[in-house]
Amino acid sequence: MKFRVVLPAGLLISSLLFAGCGQKETTDTVAKQPVTDSNATTTAAATDFSTATEQYRTYVVEQCDLFVKESEKFTEAVKAGKIEEAKALYAPSRAYYERIEPIAEALGDLDPNIDAREGDVEAAEWRGFHRIEKALWQDKTTAGMNEFADRLLKDAQLLRAKVETVEIDAGLMVTGAVELLNEVSSSKVTGEEERYSHTDLYDFAANVEGANKIYEILKPALAEKDPALEKQIGEKFTALTQELAPFKKGDGYVSYKELKDDEIRTLSQNLDALAEPLSNMGKILGV
Amino acid sequence: MSDTTNKSNQDSILKKPLSRRDVLRLAGTGGLGLLLGGGSIGGILAAQNKKKAVASPIDAAHTVPFYGQHQAGVVTPSQNFIYFASFDVTTKERNSLKKLFQAWTEASVAMTEGAMVGTDNHNLNLPPSDTGEAAGLTPARCTITFGAGPSLFDSRFGLQSKRPPNFKDLPAFSSEQLEPEWCGGDLVVQVCADDLQVAFHAIRNLVRIARGTAVLRWTQEGFQRTGQADPAAGTPRNLLGFKDGTGNPDVKDSKLMNNVVWAQSSDGASWMSGGTYMAVRRVRMRIEIWDRSSLRDQEATFGRYRDSGAPLGSKQEFDPVDLKSAGEDGKLHIPANSHMALTKGDGSVQLLRRSYSYSGGINLKTGQLDAGLLFISFQRDIKQFVTIQERLAKSDKLNEYTVHVGSAIFACFPGVSKGGYIGDTLL
Repeated sequence: MKFRVVLPAGLLISSLLFAGCGQKETTDTVAKQPVTDSNATTTAAATDFSTATEQYRTYVVEQCDLFVKESEKFTEAVKAGKIEEAKALYAPSRAYYERIEPIAEALGDLDPNIDAREGDVEAAEWRGFHRIEKALWQDKTTAGMNEFADRLLKDAQLLRAKVETVEIDAGLMVTGAVELLNEVSSSKVTGEEERYSHTDLYDFAANVEGANKIYEILKPALAEKDPALEKQIGEKFTALTQELAPFKKGDGYVSYKELKDDEIRTLSQNLDALAEPLSNMGKILGV
Repeated sequence: MSDTTNKSNQDSILKKPLSRRDVLRLAGTGGLGLLLGGGSIGGILAAQNKKKAVASPIDAAHTVPFYGQHQAGVVTPSQNFIYFASFDVTTKERNSLKKLFQAWTEASVAMTEGAMVGTDNHNLNLPPSDTGEAAGLTPARCTITFGAGPSLFDSRFGLQSKRPPNFKDLPAFSSEQLEPEWCGGDLVVQVCADDLQVAFHAIRNLVRIARGTAVLRWTQEGFQRTGQADPAAGTPRNLLGFKDGTGNPDVKDSKLMNNVVWAQSSDGASWMSGGTYMAVRRVRMRIEIWDRSSLRDQEATFGRYRDSGAPLGSKQEFDPVDLKSAGEDGKLHIPANSHMALTKGDGSVQLLRRSYSYSGGINLKTGQLDAGLLFISFQRDIKQFVTIQERLAKSDKLNEYTVHVGSAIFACFPGVSKGGYIGDTLL
């Protein structure tokens, strides 16, 4: 992992957020963050990535802000027992999270708390989006969801706060872009992520957008180092976006269940075709 | 030595394929670190020279040259394992296809020499360009054979005019039960090696290189008895227990090979001169049924004795086959509907078989083993295969025990010379 955590800021923010009961737990989590030096940063002295990392930080914060805002709407609908409204808000609010998922994954227990699927964690620990997803789509009720809705919103706010403490370097960006596509490969393209709502294509698109953002930011550096690779990645992003386009419906995407086997396979192959060259973006970091 | 000379020396050394065994050896002695750090050039040169002196005699026994007039893997004595892969081309650009052929050639040269694929194998910021599972292994007589299916000659790449005569999808044969997931393909890669891990490594790296240009359509692993299990190197047996390949033409007879296997410039597609046409059939064996049939019936099905492989009515495996010989009761020794009798016919049509057995787990519908033969034959013209297969499909007694579920044909390119690439006479 390529994170360095500025501890005092983390402590400060967490105490602001959780003046009461949550404080101890939060500080513990923050303190557990690995403090490592990225090899990438030390060897890539030749290229200055400070503008790129600043741009990405701005993006991450922006997505986090929207994530908190939209999660608030979603959790309010859940708490009000408005099932249809909650269902409609579910996938779009998750998209902000999916775009920056590797950042959240690096922040301790936040990812499992927000995004664990049934079976990923102990049954008693299971909370977050997918817990509510199951209630909405399978149990068809919001009964008993109040607590989960409150905690989800708190976790979202905590993510927003902690994001300030993540030190972003070019190595993290390169790895993050590939991780986003790996997320798609391993659970979204197979329909395992959204097993009750079947809104996997929302996550698919959001992961790809998140990776594309990183590529766009690093593009000038990459074009200097390996123009052919830069061009190839750009073309494959376009190809994948085109492949996804027919499945758009309104502001979102069709249900995963509507996809035919050969359509899923083509999507998966286009994703691999992009992820392979993208995984070589590390060239900008030097040897 | 100036810095520039130093640098260029180093480059030339880095460009030389470093064998998979050397990589480990150098790493063990710290030589790899020197090599990467651009340190002592002398040390590396010494290591390189040492490699040549020590490794050549071993490597010769494990290496089949990639370059040559013909592609390897056709008349090459069969290796123990096959990894067969059919691809669909996804790019619409002819130039991308050409680039794929060039990249495949470069990687294949490295892998058949037992060298690592690519140059980025030690950059900590990048995924290694070789996937690594063959590191430290010999090439295990690895051959990689490439070809193009009839569908490549449609309008996509402007190759319509290059389509060889008779090179179109096979006609439907009676009693075949083709399943689309085992059929066709724009391109073929046949990897054979004496080690399955080496073979898998080759296919895996070629699939990786193809990402974005071509995708897998179907694959099949195959095996036959290994050299260790059969030091006498007798004719291998198929999964029905019979020797298979006794009647193959002699691959050492180059005149015969030119007649039977290698396409000639006068055959109608000059770019295929020195190439060959491959027919592939995935033949599922109904082995449960076979196992319930009497030895007499089994031998009558093949037309040979199971133990010796001799033609029925003869003593030795390689005794000449006389389809007319009959016993005192006037009955033919070799039934006219036996597999051998129909395959041989009047002997005017021959082909070179290079098949492997396969085992594909269980058939979920019946709970029976999915096993059989990955039939592969090479011929100068695909008509040779069609002629024989039509005879077999109609009346072969073996059809009771087998069903053809997969099928494909490919025009396997002529051999490649140094500096060239596979398919360079086509694209």
